[in-house]
Amino acid sequence: MADAALVGAPIQVAEPEAAGPHPPLEIPEFQIVPRVGLIIIAPIIGLLIAAIAVNKLWPLTFFHVAGGAAWTIIDLFLGFVLGPILGRLSIPARIEMTTRLMPKILLIMPTVVTMTLAAGWQLATKMGTNLTSFPQHGWVVASFVVVGVMSVIALGLLEPANIAVLVELKKPRPNPAVIERLMKRFMYSAGILGAMQIATLVIMTKLASS
Amino acid sequence: MSEPKYPPVTQFAMVSLALIVAGGIYLSSHLPQHVSLTPAVILLAASAVLMGVNLVLLSRVREFDWPRFFEVGKWSLLAYVVIAGMIEYVFLRNHLKGGPLVVLTLSLVIFAVHVPMLVGFTVARFHQPAEFPADTAAS
Repeated sequence: MADAALVGAPIQVAEPEAAGPHPPLEIPEFQIVPRVGLIIIAPIIGLLIAAIAVNKLWPLTFFHVAGGAAWTIIDLFLGFVLGPILGRLSIPARIEMTTRLMPKILLIMPTVVTMTLAAGWQLATKMGTNLTSFPQHGWVVASFVVVGVMSVIALGLLEPANIAVLVELKKPRPNPAVIERLMKRFMYSAGILGAMQIATLVIMTKLASS
Repeated sequence: MSEPKYPPVTQFAMVSLALIVAGGIYLSSHLPQHVSLTPAVILLAASAVLMGVNLVLLSRVREFDWPRFFEVGKWSLLAYVVIAGMIEYVFLRNHLKGGPLVVLTLSLVIFAVHVPMLVGFTVARFHQPAEFPADTAAS
């Protein structure tokens, strides 16, 4: 997912245990969860709840399409474009980018995923596209499976590692070996999630054109 | 990197989450038909058992930064309770009731507990108390 931004060439560390304490890295000041972001997200979630409560077509479509587009684009862009670029940056540049990008991603991704799924389910219920009588029901179920797989990978691997990296970077002396290990987790998971996003695009365009 | 041997908390949690997701897909893919709840209940029960096993295994770990685990876990729990509450709201908004509501609500409980537990574990397992002042974690 978005955490693929951390994927790249491993941080070069000379065996921390064998070589003694790792050298201090210069870490910019950052908040793991940006407070300002919470203020921005609160009204978005409020409007999402209102959209579900009024159950009107336009607001539900807006939240589902806007959230889904943001989710897919962010995943693909960070996974396949920005991630490899970050991997080629110097370690200080990569750390600076990570400390500025990842806290925002920590707020943005759950928000767009919640928007997409909550509005999407309500929209499907309103339009009857989640019923077995819907002609393209198989494609709808396929989208459930794709989202399910993505959710398990994102919740089980990416998000915990995302937070762990940020907490590690908050330490007075972050351990590059720990960060490198968590980055590897991102690398493998991001590839799967990127493929899943392509599957999502195939399914959603099929449903929209049917 | 040397670290204590930990139980497979992440693996168990992912399987547990996959089981409740599978149960949810099973129920939602048969709407509006009334289908047997048995498969969903079995998946839910298996998921709950895995979470219980995970909690027991984790509680037996001796060298573990429990303060860090609870500090990160409680904020994650707050976030996931909010998310689970929103999903529950959508269920109720669509007049879901009876057995499916019970199964899906219990699935949400597992979701809202297991993910924060996993987040707290992932952070705490890499923590060495001597190098991390307690007041920097939530900043």
